[in-house]
Amino acid sequence: MNLVNNILKSHNSMEVLRRSFSISPRLLTEKSLTIREAITQAMDEEISRDERVFLIGEEVAQYDGAYKMSKGLWKKHGDKRVVDTPITEMGFAGIATGAAMAGLRPICEFMTFNFSMQAIDHVINSAAKAYYMSAGIVKVPIVFRGPNGAAAGVGAQHSQDYSSWYSQCPGLKVIAPYSAEDCRGLLKAAIRDDDPVVFLENELLYGLHFPVSDEALSADFVLPIGKGKIEREGKHITLVAYSIGVKLCMEAAKELEQSGIQCEVVNLRSLRPLDEDIIKNSVKKTHYLLTVEFGWSQCSIGSEVIARICESDAFDYLDAPPIRVTGADVPLAYAKTLEQNSMPQVANVVKSIKKVLNK
Amino acid sequence: MNIYAKLIVRLPANGWRLLLQQQQHKINSSIPSLATAVRQASSGPILEYDEPNAYKLHMLEEGPNNHVSCTREEGLDFYRKMQVVRRMEASANNMYKAKLIRGFCHLYSGQEAVCVGMKAAMDKNDSLITAYRAHGWTYMMGVSVTGVLAELTGRKTGCSEGRGGSMHMYGPNFYGGNGIVGAQVPLGAGVAFAHKYRGEQNVCVALYGDGAANQGQVFEAFNMAKLWLLPCIFVCENNGYGMGTSTARASANPNFYRRCEYIPGLWVNGMDVLAVREATRFARNWCTSGKGPIIMEMATYRYFGHSMSDPGTSYRTREEVQDVRKSRDPIASFREKLLQAKLATEDEFKGIDNEVKKLIEDAENHAQNDPELQVDELYSHIYSNPPANFKVRGCDNFTFKDISK
Repeated sequence: MNLVNNILKSHNSMEVLRRSFSISPRLLTEKSLTIREAITQAMDEEISRDERVFLIGEEVAQYDGAYKMSKGLWKKHGDKRVVDTPITEMGFAGIATGAAMAGLRPICEFMTFNFSMQAIDHVINSAAKAYYMSAGIVKVPIVFRGPNGAAAGVGAQHSQDYSSWYSQCPGLKVIAPYSAEDCRGLLKAAIRDDDPVVFLENELLYGLHFPVSDEALSADFVLPIGKGKIEREGKHITLVAYSIGVKLCMEAAKELEQSGIQCEVVNLRSLRPLDEDIIKNSVKKTHYLLTVEFGWSQCSIGSEVIARICESDAFDYLDAPPIRVTGADVPLAYAKTLEQNSMPQVANVVKSIKKVLNK
Repeated sequence: MNIYAKLIVRLPANGWRLLLQQQQHKINSSIPSLATAVRQASSGPILEYDEPNAYKLHMLEEGPNNHVSCTREEGLDFYRKMQVVRRMEASANNMYKAKLIRGFCHLYSGQEAVCVGMKAAMDKNDSLITAYRAHGWTYMMGVSVTGVLAELTGRKTGCSEGRGGSMHMYGPNFYGGNGIVGAQVPLGAGVAFAHKYRGEQNVCVALYGDGAANQGQVFEAFNMAKLWLLPCIFVCENNGYGMGTSTARASANPNFYRRCEYIPGLWVNGMDVLAVREATRFARNWCTSGKGPIIMEMATYRYFGHSMSDPGTSYRTREEVQDVRKSRDPIASFREKLLQAKLATEDEFKGIDNEVKKLIEDAENHAQNDPELQVDELYSHIYSNPPANFKVRGCDNFTFKDISK
């Protein structure tokens, strides 16, 4: 393991991302937040708002979070509300789940979701199923959050995308935000929700700036769980993505704009419940569908999206078979070239769009 | 090599004189227990000394010998290996800062006496598994410095061809390099299970840090290892901090050698290479005589942060690190003992240091100039026995690679 985030390293990797991330001059005059700031603020505000809310996890208190996601929170709120644990995921995920059953509202941070595999029994068997098994007697209002998917150069055991794993389980709500506004509104909604929520962040996005509206900065700004967002309107093809996949779609859409192809980008925001309507309506408009994600292809979010469209009335509107852009079907290699070629790039998206549209 | 040969021949000739000097020194010394001695044996001069505080015992009537010794040849070999690990990590540190190494990188500097001392007491067919602070152990388990450094730079001559990186290195009888805290402990018990199953007189050494010591699966492994009397040496390398959290803040019982009420434990001064070797001999004998597992706690220290991203200064003071470097450094203290016993000269150490420096420079050069694997290679090694016509999907629906034989 693992893993203290390299501030230097992440700054560098963010520089690279920032360079490829277009910021129009107009945005510079608007208010903006990084993903890191959005998440820290949301936790800070909810800890202040509700005394049942506390943050628990490895290095979250004195160290300010391995990825500095809880910077200043321990100093501000103290030992009771921001709790450092030993490196024992099974134990502290179970303790957090038990505390939630007893009426508290824990935010349980996994240093990365790769380590949630050590604790997955509590996420699935203890948290997700308790409400059903108890016929509604036991509520589990907990948020499991942390970075999900690959960071840069951290090898196979630290690079997995758990989106499709968690999204498969009834009883859980699963969120995979893209922008700062998504993070603020959905994390606050997750903390206030009475059901267990898995909140999948992405380390490569942590340092990126996103514009935010005044409304989104209000202390009571919450977004509805289970609703997607049209991140960009277009009429020629629907691109469905979540988390960092949305960024890839936005870049591909920008690139194709010049050749007259207008892509509609659907940011799913929630993976469970999945906003079927937003996808169907978009497909009915564009007649073409492509899904984009960094996870593996088999039983992926894209597989589910395409299956749902094929099972729905939107299928009749399709003018070509929908296809998926995904991570390569291999454990992720460490070496840079291999790593790059195992993760989808803008070129994969552009090429796939052209194939689907037969252009 | 020439340096060794020349000095081994020369030194025994004045061995008796050295011994007399040393004995005189011993008589004059007010702390005789810490004094080193040199004695002539059939194999040549020997460094020997008492280390009364080298061990603490749990559920053991007798412990390892407090009188430790090594021959001149062994001493120089241990010194050299510890220096190789130290300098290899210094090189990794530099290459990380030069952005030639990516991702996570956990350095072993400060803990060298543990890997060198333990390996010296192991049989060549014994097995070992460790956590992600794996570079030093990878070298000691037989991978070349080039194999380690080229893996760190992600090149094809790396010991995992650049697929694994810092945390995932492997070698003969060496099962990694594991990135998941504590996961290697039951795996190590499983390797010990296999040794016992096949009736081999070998042990598996399963290493973990003071942070991992609290993982539930560690205790599950303890239980089964004792039930089934597995020849497993569980080794807690206690460097004082699990990431940024001190042992006192993470462990209700920070005496890791006393963590199990049914498995004997042995605390060892992990900064003394000879005490480590002696204790490992004892633990190995314990396991191979059919008594089942044993727990060792190696009291050691890491000079760098948890990983390259951690400056290692927010949860401990710079003075603390400097103090350990000055007073307990495993290499400097061992060098001093060898010098004091006149088993080797300053010039000889300089010779070894220069030779090690050259070795590391060559390996570093190699690690920087080697190519990465061809892109197509990313699809190989998913299965050892791929089904017929097995195609691996790339990142889109138009990229497939047939990997069936």
